[in-house]
Amino acid sequence: MTVVFWLGYGLLGVGALLALVRLGIGPSLLDRVVATDTLLVIIAAGLAVHAGLQRDPTVVPVLVVVSLLAFVGSVSVARYIGGMLLRSTTDGQDVGLPESAEERAARDAEAGR
Amino acid sequence: MTGLRTAADVIAIVFLLLGSFLCLTAGLGLLRFPDVLTRMHAGTKPQVLGVLLIMVGAAIRLQGWSATWMLLLVAAFQMLTAPVSAHMISRVAYRRRHVRRDRLLVDELRSERRPDRVYRGDEPADAPPENPGQALAESRREERREDGAR
Repeated sequence: MTVVFWLGYGLLGVGALLALVRLGIGPSLLDRVVATDTLLVIIAAGLAVHAGLQRDPTVVPVLVVVSLLAFVGSVSVARYIGGMLLRSTTDGQDVGLPESAEERAARDAEAGR
Repeated sequence: MTGLRTAADVIAIVFLLLGSFLCLTAGLGLLRFPDVLTRMHAGTKPQVLGVLLIMVGAAIRLQGWSATWMLLLVAAFQMLTAPVSAHMISRVAYRRRHVRRDRLLVDELRSERRPDRVYRGDEPADAPPENPGQALAESRREERREDGAR
């Protein structure tokens, strides 16, 4: 049973840590949104694993809240950027959004070649 | 809770560990994949299959109807909301060019024409043009004028 505990929490912890790294290094806002979404899902999964392994049903209502929060967060950020794009004619650079990191990387790669 | 006594416990723990493993693969994929769409692909693995496995495992272990219903609610809610948020994020990602187009095999949304002025596809659902028909007609007229001037 102890092995199961360590293995389960270890897998979840490493997954959450990798998602946190992606949240930190970005490079774009949407990458961070996706990472936050995944992180919240992993937190919800961790709570459920805790509830299951300890037979402790007190954290189950928290699960509902966390899964709602993940959805509301990612959708609101996506709609925020979408609202900025509404005033733009191209990809948002003319209304103040920065150039996307992928575009920059592709341009650098082409320049280096 | 002294150990693995019944077959149900073993099944539940296998489900829980499989779900945890999917969470690990999501973290790995988020870190390794090159652009927003592929990272979303990795990140949504635990959102559906992982959460379902873990909810089934936890429901077997908890053995109470109130907990089971709440876990079922979480699972159903995840399955309802994951496509919605994925659609919104990927739409903005494509529009913002966070997509490595050199890695796409098929790009059905690519077009050389200007985007339609009335419906660009990023409107919040509660903010359409006040008079859609008129706005569309105006935009078409303007487009024709520009085409004629060119």
